[in-house]
Amino acid sequence: MAALDQTQVKEGVDQETVDAVREAGTYKYGWDTDIEMEYAPKGVNPDIVRLISEKNEEPEWMTEWRLAAFERWTKMEEPNWAMVSYPKIDFQNQYYYARPKSMEEKPKSLDDVDPKLLATYEKLGIPLKEQMILAGVEGAEDAPAEGRKVAVDAVFDSVSVGTTFQAELKKAGVIFCSISEAIKEHPELVKKYLGTVVPVSDNFYATLNSAVFSDGSFVYIPPGVRCPMELSTYFRINAENTGQFERTLIIADKGSYVSYLEGCTAPQRDTAQLHAAVVEIILEEDAEVKYSTVQNWFPGDENGKGGIYNFVTKRADCRGDRSKVMWTQVETGSAVTWKYPSCILRGEESQGEFYSIAIANNYQQADTGTKMVHLGKNTKSRIVSKGISAGKAQNTYRGLVSMHPKAKDSRNYTQCDSLLIGDKCGAHTVPYIEVKNNSSRVEHEATTSKVDDDQLFYCRQRGMDEEEAVALVVNGFCKDVLQALPMEFAMEAQQLVAISLEGSVG
Amino acid sequence: MALPEVKQSATEARLSALTMPDAGCTRAAREDALARVLETGLPGRRDEYWKYTQPDTLVSPDAIPAAVFSDDEPLMFSELDRLSIVFVDGVFNAEESDDLTMEGVTIDRLEDICCKDIHWAKDLYGVLETRGQSPVQRPLAALNTAFASDGVAIHVTGKPTKPINLIYRHASPTSDAILHHVVRVESGAEATILETGPAASRFNKCTEIDIADKGTLHHVRAQGRDHERRAATHMFTRLGTESVYKSFTLTVNGVLTRNEQIVELTGDDAVAHVAGACVGDGDFHHDDTVFVTHDAVNCESRQVFKKVLRNGATGVFQGKILVKQGAQKTDGYQISQSLLLDDDSQFLAKPELEIYADDVACSHGSTSGAIDETALFYLRSRGVPTKDATNMLTLAFLAEAVDEIEDSALAEEIVSRLEGWLARRS
Repeated sequence: MAALDQTQVKEGVDQETVDAVREAGTYKYGWDTDIEMEYAPKGVNPDIVRLISEKNEEPEWMTEWRLAAFERWTKMEEPNWAMVSYPKIDFQNQYYYARPKSMEEKPKSLDDVDPKLLATYEKLGIPLKEQMILAGVEGAEDAPAEGRKVAVDAVFDSVSVGTTFQAELKKAGVIFCSISEAIKEHPELVKKYLGTVVPVSDNFYATLNSAVFSDGSFVYIPPGVRCPMELSTYFRINAENTGQFERTLIIADKGSYVSYLEGCTAPQRDTAQLHAAVVEIILEEDAEVKYSTVQNWFPGDENGKGGIYNFVTKRADCRGDRSKVMWTQVETGSAVTWKYPSCILRGEESQGEFYSIAIANNYQQADTGTKMVHLGKNTKSRIVSKGISAGKAQNTYRGLVSMHPKAKDSRNYTQCDSLLIGDKCGAHTVPYIEVKNNSSRVEHEATTSKVDDDQLFYCRQRGMDEEEAVALVVNGFCKDVLQALPMEFAMEAQQLVAISLEGSVG
Repeated sequence: MALPEVKQSATEARLSALTMPDAGCTRAAREDALARVLETGLPGRRDEYWKYTQPDTLVSPDAIPAAVFSDDEPLMFSELDRLSIVFVDGVFNAEESDDLTMEGVTIDRLEDICCKDIHWAKDLYGVLETRGQSPVQRPLAALNTAFASDGVAIHVTGKPTKPINLIYRHASPTSDAILHHVVRVESGAEATILETGPAASRFNKCTEIDIADKGTLHHVRAQGRDHERRAATHMFTRLGTESVYKSFTLTVNGVLTRNEQIVELTGDDAVAHVAGACVGDGDFHHDDTVFVTHDAVNCESRQVFKKVLRNGATGVFQGKILVKQGAQKTDGYQISQSLLLDDDSQFLAKPELEIYADDVACSHGSTSGAIDETALFYLRSRGVPTKDATNMLTLAFLAEAVDEIEDSALAEEIVSRLEGWLARRS
């Protein structure tokens, strides 16, 4: 652990602890699955776009939509305003489509899926069997059986491996499937909503995604339905030199509710890999969506080698009055993160919330935040962002709060705090605040500090070692956000916070 | 890299309307500044640093004519015992100015620094401006260094008893002034510099302030009330060990004002406070852009900016605290607040922190909203008429910024003027 070598270990920390931490290693998901893959030729061009469309057996309109996006993309420039730096990406030197050979014929049910793939997810703690609960969740076994079901759509490189609980969800009228399936089975819904929240030419990476997205999840919750279980998509990048471009579309019709979880990991490799996803959420009147992410892509090694470039566009459109969306994210992975889950608060009295913990260690760079665009009257938003930097990492909160002239009597509250552990890292805050009417109130607060000596001293005095004490203080610092996570994620996130910071005592 | 065509042509057009003064010893600095303008181009609408303020009229070859404002009020601070230095439309006016000699300070015109061989001024001209060009470019300041036609060099060596008042009179509706001042505060010295008046229809002013160890400079500025004037000002301040810089700016009216303050804390234990109060009514655009760099240990910085806006006025605040690696024990504070008195006004803010040291306490806050109804109700229920109550709350809102002025006589003058203007308006 380089962080340990570079950081002066304070007096009183015994060598055993230091060694134990050194041994622990930080990234648990760095292994890969040895499986026969099928690739599209390297690079991206109209033929590749057509090929992806063909592999997904898409109708003509979808292929055209993709090609138009590709055309746009060739004329766009890579954005460079974020506080991140990385070597120029060679977009022609990577694969845009990779799927396990065994997925050539789409398995009819989960029983037909290649056992190797099932084992992969099993190992990740995501069993694709319906009777099982998510592994590693403490206390889950005590929860009532009904409450702990989580339907999972598992995406492996460019394809969805399978989706659990589909039949049970269908009874409630909920559609939960891969987007490639939705394009075939529910074209009217896809046609109506795809690209309406994140337009094709929204930004460089979203446009690229529109051209080459291979799979992802699709959710439709009909009017008045409270989704009977939590829905979840687990993204795994396995193949080398391959970009993952997934597309998620969630439609919450009038008065519906859904809680959606997203997880992601990737093997440890020397070369950086690109992940450029687009998530669109549409909320009609009185609908409510909770979207939680635990992003744990491979962050690169302690020397900053390898890792995932996570360039993601996520946006929710609260079209209906009184609709409510809540983004919660725990960002611990990725070498470079460029991600701003946003809310368009169009409906009157609609609400947007954003809770984020971003942890960057070693050479990680995170530039993340949100946009709250208030268009409707009486709209409310809340932003709570906690950024933690350690090692040589850079962590930036970047956000926009915009009150349009018509968004009368709206409210925003923003709090972004940064914590620095060690003197070689950086923490930055770049908020944009635009208020164009006077009945709205906007409040923004930000602080930057180091781990409080008094708090550490208090913990140490009561017999905790330095590592534990830092973890406890940091968990306290993150509490506001951890509390907003669904139970399944809260435990995992709490552990992640501890793991990511191991060895950063300084 | 080649500049975008629009920017290239706008820059060329502006430069063709200017002639570099025959500047003697500042020639090299001016030519260097011109080269930088040519390289970066002048600000354009698409520049991130000009996201909330349109620079077009500040960059255009000719100034947009502005009617000269007149009222029966005496100029700000005219009751005070001070040393006046008067510029009319950007040209030094000896007749209206006081004798420039005073104990503890030496004041010279910019054009005399070469023939009098004033080393410190020659060595400072353009230097802090150049340092302030990174990490963000400020081409209007470079343009100023290249083409400034007048200005003063103020050398503070002791503790002058009177404040130095730079008075900028506006006389011609087509005036377009470029002034450049250099100020050096020697170790242990202390002075107060006041600036008043609108200066010109269009005013580009750059001040470079170098404060040596244990030096102190107070700066209070009241920009003219002319409705139609435009101004872009830059103040570059470098602080040595245990030095103190306190600056306050009052802006009332003006169709377009962009005030940039670039503060660099280079010596340990230095203190810099930059504050501003602005009252905007109608066709008014006011932009405070502040960049504070902490590059030493145990320094303190405060930014306090308050804006009262109505009838479609726009207030902008772009503030940044940059804490460099090693600048431990930094105490950085920044607050920007706006009071929107009606629905047409707007407040646009970008309060930034960029921090590379871990043992620091930095915070910023930004709020925007209407007048507090509960407070208004409280005052009204005690018999205060709505109009007076609103004015009272408005003044209270601005107080935090005015409080940054140490000299109570100066602060009182500012408050009494504000009271008068608010009462007259509502």
